[in-house]
Amino acid sequence: MTRPLVRPPRKNPILRTRVPNLPPGSRSRVALGLTAAAARGRLELQTCRDCGTVQYPPREACRVCLSQRLEWKVQNGTGELLSETILHHSNELFYRERMPWRLGIVRLDCGPVVVAHLHGDCVRPPSRVRVHANIDRAGQAALVAMPEKDTPNMADDRQLREMTCDPKFRKVLITDAKSPVGQSLVEAIVKAGADLVWAGYAEPWKKPPGFEKLSSLPQVTLVSLDLTDSRAVKNLAGEIGGRVDILINTADHHRNYGITAREGIEVARAEMDINYFGLLRLAQEFAPAMRARGADGQSSAVAWVNLLSIFALSNFPPHGTYSASKAAALSLAQCLRAEFAPAGVRVINVFPGPIDDEWNQALPPPKIAPSRVAADIVETLRGSAEDVFPGDVAEDWLARWRDNPKVLERELAAMR
Amino acid sequence: MGNAVLSELIAALAGGRIRVVDLTQTLSPDFPQIVLPPEMGQAWPFRIEEASRYDARGPGWYWNNFSCSEHTGTHFDAPIHWISGRHLPDNSTDTIPAKSFIAPACVIDCSREAAADADFLLTVECLRQWERRHGRIPAGSWILMRTDWSKRTDPVAYQNLDETGQHTPGPDTEAVNFLVDERQVLGFGSEAIGTDAGQAFHFKPPYPCHYYMHGSGRFGLQCLTNLDLLPPAGAVVIAAPLKIKDGSGSPLRVLALVPSADSIAKSKEHGKKNSNRTRTVVGQKR
Repeated sequence: MTRPLVRPPRKNPILRTRVPNLPPGSRSRVALGLTAAAARGRLELQTCRDCGTVQYPPREACRVCLSQRLEWKVQNGTGELLSETILHHSNELFYRERMPWRLGIVRLDCGPVVVAHLHGDCVRPPSRVRVHANIDRAGQAALVAMPEKDTPNMADDRQLREMTCDPKFRKVLITDAKSPVGQSLVEAIVKAGADLVWAGYAEPWKKPPGFEKLSSLPQVTLVSLDLTDSRAVKNLAGEIGGRVDILINTADHHRNYGITAREGIEVARAEMDINYFGLLRLAQEFAPAMRARGADGQSSAVAWVNLLSIFALSNFPPHGTYSASKAAALSLAQCLRAEFAPAGVRVINVFPGPIDDEWNQALPPPKIAPSRVAADIVETLRGSAEDVFPGDVAEDWLARWRDNPKVLERELAAMR
Repeated sequence: MGNAVLSELIAALAGGRIRVVDLTQTLSPDFPQIVLPPEMGQAWPFRIEEASRYDARGPGWYWNNFSCSEHTGTHFDAPIHWISGRHLPDNSTDTIPAKSFIAPACVIDCSREAAADADFLLTVECLRQWERRHGRIPAGSWILMRTDWSKRTDPVAYQNLDETGQHTPGPDTEAVNFLVDERQVLGFGSEAIGTDAGQAFHFKPPYPCHYYMHGSGRFGLQCLTNLDLLPPAGAVVIAAPLKIKDGSGSPLRVLALVPSADSIAKSKEHGKKNSNRTRTVVGQKR
């Protein structure tokens, strides 16, 4: 049974901070299909459309009938642990620094036999396990065999924690703690065991209901932060940047206009200033220190979360300029993900459907509750995905977008 | 003769017989901007981005690009700012005659009243009381309402918002009409974020100081500071807005020339080393 994680001792300042090393990260183009599914928190394996064989590792053709008609299909990952190995030596720097390392061979119920990282609570073989596809520090899919049933403190497993971004005992900056999602998130992150939450707020003279009570939580420190103010972002990074393990950018400027519904560009500019340039300012000031701390002990810098919108995928014309700003932010987040990759810091993009707040007042339900968005963010940090689509609307739009982006564009154009 | 006056002025400035007092707040991102309901068009706060600082972006020089509203920080309101002044001639920052930018100032001290009541309103009676002591308000002069509001260096206290809106001092409707019609003043200046009181949206008409002052071609000055360093009468204010085409207003440096005879006591308080040559009082940092 996993021993519960204890708060790490304070860092010894005379020791060099370890440089992040990554597990092997190169994959063939076809193998990246596994990563694409893992990025959404799913295990998908190639399935032959002709003979039905499920295969692993990914290949160009079916290993049984040589058909190229292969399709990635979601698998539940259940299977039997056939054998285990404890690794005491590796030439891979990442594993060398983390010995011993437990591996196992699992026969999946859907057919293939796979080598997987073995959670500490998996019973000795033969035993039943569930295989997940996690995103490892290299940003690639890695198969992890989990115990058949949840065990106490499962998330605290040493090996698993190398693949998750669990907020427990970590220090978290939430850039806008005033918004409904921001407020819910501060509470959720505190509940998830964060050591310290910096709760950012702009325009201190505007006090939304509920905000004051956040500061009564002992883990919460309010910090003045306005993403439109480059110097303020720089100053805060100078103050706390070297300690932020998880940064969650909740700052969001949302108005509901298309192009002709409002004269001028002021609204669009304000949206871009926070949603796009705000992210850029934050990334320029906070990313360097986080990159340097990708392997800084048990509570290293691990994740950067962007609160985007499902409108980032395809423009929702009634909220047209907002959609454009979120699309810009998505593009920049991809750049950030690439720049964070060598440090093993995960960039998580969150694409909620319309949130039940003042700027979506005129949209009909279903609308997602701010607390649900917060819960999904915490769940993602504890788990392993990098793209999250909270709420039914987001899931539905995503499915339609994946099916045919042009059809979705036409459908959205017809919405008023 | 004109020559003699200017020579005398320069000599007085050099000799410290006339002091220069800076009535301007520092333009900083931390200085609060006007609050309007979020669905309305907004005034930009002051923002600044570094272009280069002796680095790869420009090895030998430091400079910034900044952005702000015409109504950010210490700023000037032109008549075209308000709907009541929109059809007046020479009503924008580029067309107002330049001679309007230098004028005498009457400073009405309401600091005690404003300290006791954030919603304090300047009345005709207050103005008459001032006139009984200092003489009739001269036509073409600035009326500066001293409230010491600029000493509220915490932006939250400066904005002073609650669920019912902003609570800051300003003039009542009758006082505005009196100044415009019976005293022909040049404009009205305030230490708070608007020339009108925080609650003036509920007055008749809403924002009377904007409505009547600008409706009759007069000006406004907002977010002033250091009014406590001015004499009630006798100071000359230099307030020249940027020459923005069709501009409704502009951030600006507001200076006051103050005869030192009126401020000997204050000069002593501030130390002798400051009293030679001109003394610039730097705006308080927020």
